[in-house]
Amino acid sequence: MNAPVSIQPNRIPGKGRLSAADPLRFTFDGKTLPALKGDTVASALIANDIHLVGRSFKYHRPRGIVSAGSEEPNALLGIQRDVARHTPNIRATVQEVYDGLEATSQNRWPSLKYDIGEINDIASPLLSAGFYYKTFMWPRKAWDKVYEPFIRKAAGLGKAPVHKDPDHYSSQHEHCDVLILGGGIAGLSAALAAAKNGARVIICDEQATFGGALHFDSDVTVDGMDGFSWAQKVTAELAAMDNARVLLRTTAFGYYAQNYVALIERVTEHLSAPRADLPRERLWEVRAKKVIIATGSIERHMVFANNDRPGILLASAARTYLNHYGVGVGKNVGVYTANDSAYAAAFDLKEAGINIPAIVDVRDNPNEELLAKASALGIRVLTGHGVMAAGGKLRVSSMSVAPVNGGANEVIAVDSIIMSGGWTPSVHMFSQSRGKVTYDADKSRFVPGVYAQDCVSIGACNGTDNLSATIDEAIAAGEDAARAVRHNAKQSATAINATGGEAWEGTLIGAAPGAEAGKVVKAFVDFQNDVTAKDIRLAVQEGFHSIEHVKRFTTNGMATDQGKLSNMHGLAIAAEALGKDLPEVGLTTFRAPYTPVTFGALVSHSKGTLFEPTRKTPMHDSEVAIGAVFEDVGSWKRAWYYPKTGEDMHAAVNRECKTARTNVGMFDASTLGKIEVVGPDAAEFLNLIYTNPFLKLGVGKLRYGIMCREDGFIYDDGVVARIAEDRFHVTTTTGGAPRVLNMMEDYLQTEFPHMKVWLTSTSEQWAVIAVQGPKSRDIVSPFVEGIDLSTEALPHMSMAEGTICGVPTRLMRMSFTGEMGFEINVPADYGRAVWDTLYQAVEEAGGCAYGTEAMHVLRAEKGYIIVGQDTDGTVTPYDAGLGWAVGKKKTDFVGIRGLKRPDLVAEGRRQLVGLKSVDGRSVLEEGAQIVDDPNQPMPMKMIGWVSSSYWSGNAQKPIAMALIEDGFNLMGKKLYVPMANEVIEVEVCKAVFVDEEGGRLHG
Amino acid sequence: MAKPLKLERAHPLGDQNFGAPGISITSVRGGYRCSLRVAQSDISAVSNALGVDLPQAPKTSARSANRVAMWLGPDEWLIYDSKANPIDDLKNINALCSAVDVSHRNTAIEAKGPLAAEVINAGCPQDLSLEVFPVGACSRTILGKAEIVLYRAKADTFHIECWRSFAPYVFELLRTAARDQSALAVR
Repeated sequence: MNAPVSIQPNRIPGKGRLSAADPLRFTFDGKTLPALKGDTVASALIANDIHLVGRSFKYHRPRGIVSAGSEEPNALLGIQRDVARHTPNIRATVQEVYDGLEATSQNRWPSLKYDIGEINDIASPLLSAGFYYKTFMWPRKAWDKVYEPFIRKAAGLGKAPVHKDPDHYSSQHEHCDVLILGGGIAGLSAALAAAKNGARVIICDEQATFGGALHFDSDVTVDGMDGFSWAQKVTAELAAMDNARVLLRTTAFGYYAQNYVALIERVTEHLSAPRADLPRERLWEVRAKKVIIATGSIERHMVFANNDRPGILLASAARTYLNHYGVGVGKNVGVYTANDSAYAAAFDLKEAGINIPAIVDVRDNPNEELLAKASALGIRVLTGHGVMAAGGKLRVSSMSVAPVNGGANEVIAVDSIIMSGGWTPSVHMFSQSRGKVTYDADKSRFVPGVYAQDCVSIGACNGTDNLSATIDEAIAAGEDAARAVRHNAKQSATAINATGGEAWEGTLIGAAPGAEAGKVVKAFVDFQNDVTAKDIRLAVQEGFHSIEHVKRFTTNGMATDQGKLSNMHGLAIAAEALGKDLPEVGLTTFRAPYTPVTFGALVSHSKGTLFEPTRKTPMHDSEVAIGAVFEDVGSWKRAWYYPKTGEDMHAAVNRECKTARTNVGMFDASTLGKIEVVGPDAAEFLNLIYTNPFLKLGVGKLRYGIMCREDGFIYDDGVVARIAEDRFHVTTTTGGAPRVLNMMEDYLQTEFPHMKVWLTSTSEQWAVIAVQGPKSRDIVSPFVEGIDLSTEALPHMSMAEGTICGVPTRLMRMSFTGEMGFEINVPADYGRAVWDTLYQAVEEAGGCAYGTEAMHVLRAEKGYIIVGQDTDGTVTPYDAGLGWAVGKKKTDFVGIRGLKRPDLVAEGRRQLVGLKSVDGRSVLEEGAQIVDDPNQPMPMKMIGWVSSSYWSGNAQKPIAMALIEDGFNLMGKKLYVPMANEVIEVEVCKAVFVDEEGGRLHG
Repeated sequence: MAKPLKLERAHPLGDQNFGAPGISITSVRGGYRCSLRVAQSDISAVSNALGVDLPQAPKTSARSANRVAMWLGPDEWLIYDSKANPIDDLKNINALCSAVDVSHRNTAIEAKGPLAAEVINAGCPQDLSLEVFPVGACSRTILGKAEIVLYRAKADTFHIECWRSFAPYVFELLRTAARDQSALAVR
């Protein structure tokens, strides 16, 4: 690990803030390279004089590192820690080097230097804007075999990992008074001012160290020390305060309603051997009273021919590599600019011993002081000139320079070009907050205009260029925010004195000289999506006039960098082509995420067992122990059937059904919804909610009730018990529990607010054990105290309170099987013990447990409906054959008007009837359609469908229920169920297949 | 008549516990609960019967010995008592109210330790700073995809109520978050 630093050809001793005492090693495309602790992959590669790091998306052009930050469009690498931890498309400018990091270039084959896909570059006229839309239209046949595979191969960059993600991710909600986005001089000043005035502050920055532009701007002095050192001092001060939280390596990527801002913290991405217990990333969901946006600005590239050659990068990036990382971007660096900042970069490079052959400035009259300083340093400045083209392929080798107004070309040899087209205020987060930007015509930029949320922008992202103005603005914002939230906190003034950091003048948006309309050159606007100036003009020429359309047609700004460099250029070129002013064309809206976010972090804990709560009844483990197979019912696990050794589902269900009818069966009904309805108006309320009459239901009596929606269609059903004059125990279907409670509460609050009644969910208070069958009383009675179980004392549809197995019970004599039966409600913590006790007795008596499948068959044998299976939201109580449950004398209930609608009382509605298969053996398919005449031409008229269908072991034949037009009048009629291979003949019958008189219920 | 059995209450989590530096997650066995709805006119009568003044400000609770009355809504409270069933004190009350025994509907988990608030914040969006959610504060809120009632018993101790079938999910989410927070705290 002790690679000598001297073999990093571009590392300049004495420059930068990294220590030669902290060497690291990493690999790039398999080659081991030295680096220093604190390097990014980009700075380490440049230190090793490697600029060529990838091939572009569409044309496979060689590409290099353009920036030193998260705006990087080009240097996208695959980063691999181990075989399962491979992440594609990581920006080399963001990824910190750790010892042993493996980086690979992308989109090249067989190698980065010799790439077959480069043919695309030669054939590029075929791949211009809108290529996909134009090419993959027809013939239709070509889609599957040619076009789609081609698009799939071309789409996306890098290789997705194939292994399951072995890392875990954390997420956390957090609140604060003031959230500050960005840790440059503006953000730090604001944080300090806010924290000193008592505010709970969070400040985050995407970089590994705070400081923002202070990483490169060596001219700034703050409070007597260099700017970057000041930033570290303030960071430490803030970190030591109880009311401030400092988040490094943390990107604010989404700004949502009401100052809800999502941050992503990269916890282990920079570590060589992260502890296994640490999450890879942490998602912060912050709700802030005030947000201060201090996101700075992003330098733009110059749009000129071959501006994408490796070695061409932003001036501020070159300055960052030099002043922070101690790395020179080349030995002979050309400068192309429309802005003063490139001069500062050139001066720093020159003073570090790097040759600057020329500064090419498109402006005729740049700042005199800069020209004087250049002259003093011996740097040649060509004003009013442009770079017409860059030479070289895998690395820039020259720049071809000519006067802007025409004239001879001069070719200047270089090994790198640094460039600046001016600075774009980073209004992404402001725009995400739904704020509206406004155009600053003087400086050709969009700055925050109308705010939509309680936030404020400060510093460069607000268009504030001057350093002292930035600090004043930041302190004022911090103090204002703190004082607005903390009215009574002790006030404390913040004074920060800074010098240096002169405002940089000059801007160029759109194509630079030599890449104007009519010039057939590759001058890239969007590096990541390979969009050139010409492509944007072509889009306008083809009729796309809205910037939103131009963007989508050309894909400009649609790559993962979200056009941080390209948007303004694209807009200016489109505006020029349209002959409109730039603000008339408008800026596209920025959306989350600001930079790419892993799915892992977004999913966070919600995977595996935490994907969704899995609900189990109190008896679940006992059911597992006796071999239950479970089915999912909503979020519940319900025992489906209980196979004995060697039994399949069919055999088990047949046995369970037979045992329940001939002996005794027990069933876990705990998932049924339960609502306790209490209050003096409880009966009146239920009388309005259900179609049935409830006023006269006696205490201790049960009633089956149907509830409709306002439109008259069945919404839910269940059995209601009157516990006391003013107290009812209502049951609902398992799936209906939450919505029934919601509907009741809704009516109570909006339609019947005068009623004195309250609703409480007791679904999980009670474990429910149904014991059904001729022997059910014999099983239950030995364990019951305080309740007479005789039919005389406790007839069908009545209940009593007492104890079972020594614990309190609401014991209901009721049946969903047609047999004599009991539903035993016990407090849930006792459910399993009572179940175990009863099960032992049931087993000894030759009975069995039965599951939901047998329950379905048993009830279908009796024609009892299941809401949602035999109803579909268009079935009235009358359609379901339950007209008896509608109170004839009632003057009001939910649905009473709906039930009088002409179409609901018309003849010929689909009605619920039974079906027998004429062959005595064909079990119909649920959902199958029914026709009157199977020989009619297709499409046939379908007169109904099968809603429930089973083999009934008890009836020794298939049974089915179906909704059929005018079904009640078709008894005995033969109908047909056409299936794929046969037509099944059926006969309409009453939907009762066992014990038609119902005598068995009464034991 | 078979001899009556003496059945013990079973906690849906059994004896599950989790501990890491700065945090412990413990299932709380037993306890009694009553879902209480009371008309404005009868608050004092019900308070007298319960022996604890029903709080009337949002997010507040009142405590008397083993009993805590938690405000859940303008006419709604959750009464928790670790020793005796509060419903027994309301059986014969002549007041306009609804008292429903939910002792077994809910179960409780305790999160305790200096990291407790941060652990709960893994799934709960509320501000749990002592300033905003002081000792005694309570709220019906969410933890991930489950509804909970959160009560701050002490500065570093939270009592979390949830429906029993959600308890394994709630416990697992707290356990996972506790592992993360404990690891992150000692970076």
